[in-house]
Amino acid sequence: MNKYLERLYNGLIKENPTLILMLGMCPTLAVSTRAMNGIGMGLSTTAVLIFSNLVISLLRKAIPDQVRLPAYIVIVASLVTVTELLIEAYLPSLYEALGIYIPLIVVNCIILGRAEAYANKHSVGLSVMDAIGMGLGFTVALTLAGLLREMLGNGTAFGAQILPAGVEPLGIFVQPPGAFLIIALMIAIMNAIGIKTRQRHLVDGGCDGVCAKCTSECKTGEVSAK
Amino acid sequence: MKSLILIVIGSALINNVVLNQFLGICSFLGVSKQIKASASLGGAVIFVITIASAVASLLYDFVLAPLGLDYMKTIVFILVIAALVQVVEMFLKKTSPAIYKALGIYLPLITTNCAVLGVALTNVQDGYNFIESVLSGFGTAVGYTLAIVLLASIRSRIHEDDVPAPLRGAPVVLIAAALMSIAFMGFSGLSL
Repeated sequence: MNKYLERLYNGLIKENPTLILMLGMCPTLAVSTRAMNGIGMGLSTTAVLIFSNLVISLLRKAIPDQVRLPAYIVIVASLVTVTELLIEAYLPSLYEALGIYIPLIVVNCIILGRAEAYANKHSVGLSVMDAIGMGLGFTVALTLAGLLREMLGNGTAFGAQILPAGVEPLGIFVQPPGAFLIIALMIAIMNAIGIKTRQRHLVDGGCDGVCAKCTSECKTGEVSAK
Repeated sequence: MKSLILIVIGSALINNVVLNQFLGICSFLGVSKQIKASASLGGAVIFVITIASAVASLLYDFVLAPLGLDYMKTIVFILVIAALVQVVEMFLKKTSPAIYKALGIYLPLITTNCAVLGVALTNVQDGYNFIESVLSGFGTAVGYTLAIVLLASIRSRIHEDDVPAPLRGAPVVLIAAALMSIAFMGFSGLSL
């Protein structure tokens, strides 16, 4: 397979950030109340990810190794601010729905994780393809979770009524507990049909909540100190 | 006075940062394997979030807002938090090695906990003044500690149970979190 296409496949399926690597759980749980929100959040994150991988890959020889994390954070934070202002200006309803989770894209594990694990070692073209793959993988998982929650909890899909009028939707699924339940269900289904998730680091506390450092290379029981 | 107490209770229980707002999920799921580690992380989070809310509030009120640099708040806050964690770490290492040792690895890791940035941004959004920001930061962090210690206690029991194979690992932990979240929804009935 072409190595650029391989990056897309890798992000969408083989190392799907949400379902396989289990990165970026905060926005996944928080904004998946509606399928539309999932798409909006996924695409905003994808946009930030593409540009951050692009910039970091371009600067990979210029940024000294010791200060690379602060440098990445500044780059990502600037890109997120631009994205936030654009969403506020052109998509006010999405801005309203996503709220605080737009600026919090800065601390999304996926972005710093890809910068650290991929963009600072690879060429610009490959890094951008990697970002597109990862971003779309995140978007698909987020939209799927949003669609399930919206259908069960609200009886609609992308805003269109799908449950018959007489059926009472299960409101719990659009409430906070529903987020945990749906994600648990999605992972359980993947386990049941034999798709191996790399949740070991999450369960065994290998990364100990170091979102930014939880890259795909993260090993169980390895605690990264500064 | 009454409104200040309500801010603490509200941010700790009613709008619990983990179970209701989904901030800091990574460490919530990652560290909650042991009760002791969870309590240490909780201590470090209380410490850092309280100080970070104070600094962020001062910076916003006296630097960013007067200069009209409102849109810079995400960049400024994340840098301040990263620097602050370093300073707190060095300060504790010099002045009270005992606390430093107890917090251990959990201190530097807090930079990337989205709850810290989340609280700083929410405080600005809600228009809290300095005292309100500090109290809301403190309440949020107490809520975080409560949630993570509770989950760690539940997980120490799950460990001994016979869980169906597909649910082993992350799913059963998430289901436990879902049940806790349902329990915490009970607090939203409090008439404050």
